[in-house]
Amino acid sequence: MLAILRDLLKYNLEFRIGIILVGIVIGLAGLSFFSPYPPTDVYVVAPDVPPSAEYWFGTTSRGQDVFWQLTVAIRNTLLFGLTVAVISRVLSLVIGLLSGYKGGWIDRALMAVNDTFIVIPLFPLLVLFYFVLRDSMSWLLLAVIMAALGWAYDARLIRSVAMSLKTREFTQTAVFSGMTTREILAREHLPYVMPIVFSTTMNNMNWSIGLEVTLSVLGFTDINTPTIGGMIYWANQHTAMVAGVWWWIAFPVAVVIMAFVGLFLLAVSMNEYIDPRSRLSRMGGGAR
Amino acid sequence: MSGYLAYLAKRLGQFVLVVFIGVNLAYVVTHATPIDPVEQSISAATSFGNTAPEAIEQMRQSLKELYGLGGSWSQQYLTFWSRILRADFGPSLSAFPTPVSALIGRALPWTMGLLIVSTVVTWALGNLLGGLAGYYQRNRALKLMGVVAMGLHPIPYYIVALVLLIVFGFVWPVLPINGGSAMNLPQGWTWAYASSVLLHSILPALSLILIGVGSWFLGMRSLVSNIVTEDYVQFAELGGVNRERILGSYVMRNALGPQVTGLAMSLGGIFNGAIITEKVFGYPGVGTLLVDAVYAGDYGLVLGVTTISILGVSIGVLAIDLLYPLLDPRVQVR
Repeated sequence: MLAILRDLLKYNLEFRIGIILVGIVIGLAGLSFFSPYPPTDVYVVAPDVPPSAEYWFGTTSRGQDVFWQLTVAIRNTLLFGLTVAVISRVLSLVIGLLSGYKGGWIDRALMAVNDTFIVIPLFPLLVLFYFVLRDSMSWLLLAVIMAALGWAYDARLIRSVAMSLKTREFTQTAVFSGMTTREILAREHLPYVMPIVFSTTMNNMNWSIGLEVTLSVLGFTDINTPTIGGMIYWANQHTAMVAGVWWWIAFPVAVVIMAFVGLFLLAVSMNEYIDPRSRLSRMGGGAR
Repeated sequence: MSGYLAYLAKRLGQFVLVVFIGVNLAYVVTHATPIDPVEQSISAATSFGNTAPEAIEQMRQSLKELYGLGGSWSQQYLTFWSRILRADFGPSLSAFPTPVSALIGRALPWTMGLLIVSTVVTWALGNLLGGLAGYYQRNRALKLMGVVAMGLHPIPYYIVALVLLIVFGFVWPVLPINGGSAMNLPQGWTWAYASSVLLHSILPALSLILIGVGSWFLGMRSLVSNIVTEDYVQFAELGGVNRERILGSYVMRNALGPQVTGLAMSLGGIFNGAIITEKVFGYPGVGTLLVDAVYAGDYGLVLGVTTISILGVSIGVLAIDLLYPLLDPRVQVR
């Protein structure tokens, strides 16, 4: 594990940049625990103060310190992405491994459903969910709904690996030594797909955070929980750009872009590392 | 030919399944919630301004019918389906008494125009540049483009659209940032109207293209850089086939297959992006319609847009799937 990290740091520029960006964002999120203000309180400081030594990122028209508000918001946003990613990883692992290993009609049925979820436009569906649930649409419920809708793409990826694992000799050995399907999948195949699971976690977080930001900005989530989208929502409600309170929008947008690019670079560099061909060419060997 | 028929049947089956599951999801969402959607809609719709009590009662009646809340659950389910198959979502509450289907019909051409043009441009541009970048790996400009693509691609549609809006709306106001055309122009095939429509579509289309190009670029680059190490490409190079020809008809042609499949698979996501972008730029398509319908508590319209979106995207995917055999002759043999 440490050796992998060392190799990535040494040979992969994308990984270095990614880890710095994600590190900064996580650091910001960690600072939220030291915030001097309760995150949901308004009018705790003078409103509309531009960035200064006292208020680094200025203050909002609702009398909140943008910097401390931002730390809480990015923490909640990251946590949201992670929750969706973890739940949907479980789904895509179970479905992908089972489908790839079993084959036959189980595979066909699961993949038909899988392809459906890849194709269906999710945004209108999520809007419909919000429309019906309204105020009972909590943070966790939204995470569960998005996880239930967002597993499909990665399940297909995992399935393709599981299909090749099935034909390997150790799988035959496991079958003949009397292991059940569950044991084979959990103990023999799972370790092989873990690298993919890690890299898809980053991409899945990007996907869910992106949708969450969009839904929040439109006011289609629980807007009282501070998130990045929620901050932009309130800034829009107070027409921050027209009023000249640019720091209220600029800093959340900058931080969330850092998070997106960082997570994406981590995912890309991990993918490259998983593929031995591109890993070799990066380390200076290989055919070209 | 039988291979092609089998392929066709499979794709059609998938299309039917997508529509079936999508519509069922919409049904479950609207029927399996603990909240009374009728009262919710009415309180949301009547919270803006005065509404006569008779009108509310009328609304309640039509909403109950629309939700199919009468009768047993099997009856409700059948009513729901028959309404969707007839594209009859009743009158819109927010634009009473215009039928929902008329509102959607008015908005659909805008969305389709924006979506088709920007998707075609994005896909063609991303694949062309990505192919070149994968083949000429030492080219500085193409390398730089790769860095830009990597930086832009993961950012969600909303954020890019917002940044463009701020840049071209506040910092350097040269392009119109709101609406589908200038307000005071009569609609028709006049030059003034057409140019206004074109001008208004630049920013929404640009934000879709900026994000979209990246993923095709990166995908094509890695496909091509894998294909160029294949034996047949090396053979062609040694045989003195000129490089443009190798890239065009030996390398890119083979990489296009996965990219076409990729387009079919990401169409739903692209559609999501388009309707979000529309809302940001106030473009008069179904995205704006959907969001405004939620604000106005217009249930029929929200349900209508959702099901039409699912149907529209699956038709798009089916169309791309049917084009695929033209590109990959193996489909017909199998």
